[in-house]
Amino acid sequence: MSKYDVTRRGVLRTGAIAGAGFALPTYLRAQESGYLNAPTGSTVTLGFNVPQTGPYADEGADELRAFELAVEHLNGEGDGGMLNTFSSKSLSGSGILGKKVDFVTGDTQTKSDAARASAKSMIEKDGAIMISGGSSSGVAVAVQGLCQEAGVIFMAGLTHSNDTTGKDKKANGFRHFFNAYMSAAALAPVLKNLYGDDRRAYHLTADYTWGWTQQESIAAATEAMGWETVNNVLTPLASTDFSSYIAPVLNSGADVLVLNHYGGNMVNSLTNAVQFGLREKQANGKNFEIVVPLYSELMAKGAGKNIAGIVGSQNWDWKLENEMGDKYAGTNAFVKSFGEKYGFPPSQAAQTCYAQTLLYADAAERAGTFNPCGIAEALAGYEFDGLGNGPTTYRAEDHQCFKDVVVVKGAADPEDEFNLVEIVEVTPVEQVTYAPDHPMFAGGELGQCNPGA
Amino acid sequence: MDAIILQLLNGLDKGSAYALIALGLTLIFGTLGVVNFAHGAIFMIGAFCAVTLSKLFNLSHKSSEPSGTDFLGNPKYEDILYVKDWFGESFGSWMIDWSVPLAVLFAIPIMVGLGFIMERGLIKHFYKRPHADQILVTFGLAIVLQEIIKYFYGANPIPTTAPEAFRGSFDFGVLLGFDPNAIIYPYWRLVYFGFSALIIGAVFAFLQFTTFGMVVRAGMADRETVGLLGININRRFTIMFGIAAAVAGLAGVMYAPINSPNYHMGMDFLVLSFVVVVVGGMGSLPGAVLAGFLLGILESFASMNEVKNVLPGIDQIIIYLVAIIILLTRPRGLMGRRGVMEE
Repeated sequence: MSKYDVTRRGVLRTGAIAGAGFALPTYLRAQESGYLNAPTGSTVTLGFNVPQTGPYADEGADELRAFELAVEHLNGEGDGGMLNTFSSKSLSGSGILGKKVDFVTGDTQTKSDAARASAKSMIEKDGAIMISGGSSSGVAVAVQGLCQEAGVIFMAGLTHSNDTTGKDKKANGFRHFFNAYMSAAALAPVLKNLYGDDRRAYHLTADYTWGWTQQESIAAATEAMGWETVNNVLTPLASTDFSSYIAPVLNSGADVLVLNHYGGNMVNSLTNAVQFGLREKQANGKNFEIVVPLYSELMAKGAGKNIAGIVGSQNWDWKLENEMGDKYAGTNAFVKSFGEKYGFPPSQAAQTCYAQTLLYADAAERAGTFNPCGIAEALAGYEFDGLGNGPTTYRAEDHQCFKDVVVVKGAADPEDEFNLVEIVEVTPVEQVTYAPDHPMFAGGELGQCNPGA
Repeated sequence: MDAIILQLLNGLDKGSAYALIALGLTLIFGTLGVVNFAHGAIFMIGAFCAVTLSKLFNLSHKSSEPSGTDFLGNPKYEDILYVKDWFGESFGSWMIDWSVPLAVLFAIPIMVGLGFIMERGLIKHFYKRPHADQILVTFGLAIVLQEIIKYFYGANPIPTTAPEAFRGSFDFGVLLGFDPNAIIYPYWRLVYFGFSALIIGAVFAFLQFTTFGMVVRAGMADRETVGLLGININRRFTIMFGIAAAVAGLAGVMYAPINSPNYHMGMDFLVLSFVVVVVGGMGSLPGAVLAGFLLGILESFASMNEVKNVLPGIDQIIIYLVAIIILLTRPRGLMGRRGVMEE
C-alpha cells in the first residue's frame, strides 16, 4: 500500500507551478507582439459576453443575434447592413486588418462574478482580443475592470448607470449606450410639456448602482424645472411584488410615480402600480402619472397593456429613420438585415452591440493594429455617423458616446407586437451633453491604457 | 391608521400566496416525509397554465387579403382568432377576457397529473434516502422544469391580465370613513385572497370531514399502525401529492395577473415558502397557514416608509429575522409536533 504525504506547502508549490505553466503561453504571446492575445493566424477572435441564462436571457439572445450579424457583415457575408451607411469607409467586408473575424461567447448570467469568470475564460483560453455585450451596469463595471487589468478592449453592451463612464470609467472601456443623466436630461423637458412644472414626484428605486444614479439624475433634472421630490424609496433588487411599496404612494401627496426600475423589476412594479389604479386616480387636482425613465422593447412586451401612455427614454428605436428622417441613416439598413435574418426588428440592445462591434473593427483598421492602446487612441474623440443614432462622438475624456436621445411612450393601441412604443420626440445631443467633471460622474480616473504585455 | 389598514390588507394578500404554497409543501412533507424543493416550480407551472390557455385562446390564422405592410415593407395579413371564428365575436372575446379564471379548470387535471408523474416517476425512489438527497433531487427537478418552460416561453415575463371586471381598485377608505384614495386595493388581489381562503378551507375540510382525509391524517400521525390495519397508505399519499401539486398550481394560476409570469417565479417563492413551513412547524398544516399570513403581514409592515426610516433595510431581512427569533424560542416552530425531523 503506497503512502502519500500531502502537505500544505506541497499543494501551494504545485499550484503555483501549474498556474505559471498555464499563464506562460499567454505571457509569451503578449511579449512577442507587445500586447495581449495578438492574433497570429488568419483569424481574430472577439468575445461576446451576454446573459444566456437568467432573467435577461432574451435580451442577451438579441445581443448575440446582433453580434453574429456584425461578424457576418465584417467578413463580407450578407447585405453588409450598416457597413453601407457608416461614415467611415475603412471596413471593406474582408474581416479586420485582413483577418477573418471569429467569435466566442460567454454567459454573464447577469451576475458580476459569473460575467468576470466567462470574460476571463474567453481572454485566457480562447484568446479573445476584445470583450463586448452585457445587460446590466453591475456586470459592465465588473467586466470593464477585468478587461482593464487583463489588457483587452471592453466595448460595453447595455449599461445605463452613470458610473460606467463616471467613477468606474477605464481607459480600456468604451460605452456606446446612453446613460442615466442623458435619460433625465432628455425626459425633463418632455415631462414639463406633458404634465406641467408643478408636480410632486414619488420615486421607487432599485437598490443598486444603476438605480441610484438613475434616481439622482431624474430627481435633479425634474427638480430643476420645478418639480418636488416627495420621497425616494429603495426597493430590493430581488423584489417581485411591489404592492407594499406602491400602496402608500397615492396617500403621500405625490401626483407622479417615477419607477427607477429595469427589466423584471420594472415589469412588476408597473403592473402593480396599474393594478392599484394609480393611472385612473387624481391627486392634487391633477391626473396621476407614472414615468419609467429607461425603456426597452422587452420590458414593454413584459408589461403588456400597462405600458400604454407611459413615458420613458431609449438609446435607439427601430422606427427612428422612418419617423425622424435621414439623420438617423443606418437604422433602416440594420432593421432590414436583422429583420430578414431573424424575422423581427432588433432591440436597442442589439443595435448598441452591433454598432460597438463595427466601431471596434473600424478603430482597428484605422489604427492599423489590434493593440488595445492603438484602438483606444483611434476611438477616443472619434466622430462618426450612419450607425442609426445620427452624428455621434466618442468623448476622449470618459469614453462615453454622445448622441441624440429618443423619448418614447407606450402605444395605447399597438398595431402589432413590434410597435409597443411610439417615438414622442428625439432630444438633440447638445441638450444631454455634460461636462466631463460633472459631479454625478466624479470620483474616478480613466487611467492609462493597458495592452496586457 | 389608514396606512396600517392598507399594509394589513397587503399582508393578508401576500400571506395568502405564501400560505397556499406552504400548505402544499407541508402536506407533502407531512404525508410522504419528502422535502420538496420542486414545489416552487409547480407554482410556476400553474401560472404558465394560465399563460398557455391565454395563448391557446389567441391562436389565429391569417386573413386572405393583406391589411397593410409589416416592418420590412412586405404585405401584412391580419390575425383572425379561431375562438371568434368558432364561438362568435362576443363569446370569443369573453373567453379571452376570462382566460385566467377558466385556466383554473384547465390547470387542475394538468397539475394533478404532473404531481402523479413526479411522485411515481422520481420522488418515490427517494423516500428512504436522507433529506439531503431529497433536496438535491427535487432542486434539480425544479431547474429542469424551469429550463423546459424557458425553452418554450422564453425568459421574458409574459403579461396575463385579469378579466376586465376585476381590473382597477376598490376604495376601502370611503367605506371606512377615510378620505377618498386613502385605502385603495386592487380588485384582483381581493379575489386572490378570497380564492386562497376557499382553497385552504377546502383542503382542511377534505382532511377533516372525509374518510379519505381521516386515513391520511392517521397516516401522518402513525404511518406504521395505519399500514398494519391493512390500509394502502402509500396510494393515498400519492393522491395527496397530486392534491398538493394542484393547490400550488392553482395558487400560480390565480397569481398570473398579479405579476407577469416568468420561468424563475417559482424560485422567488421557494425560499420564502420554506421559511414559512419551518416557522409554522414542519408537517403542520395550520402552522403553515398561520405562518404564511403572519410573515406576509410582517413583510408588508416592514416595507412602510416609517419603519424603513428607523430601520433601513428591514424589509429585506424581516422574514428571516422573525424566523430566527421563533426558532430560538420555539425550536419546532409555531405549531410543530414532537418527533418531526428529529432523530
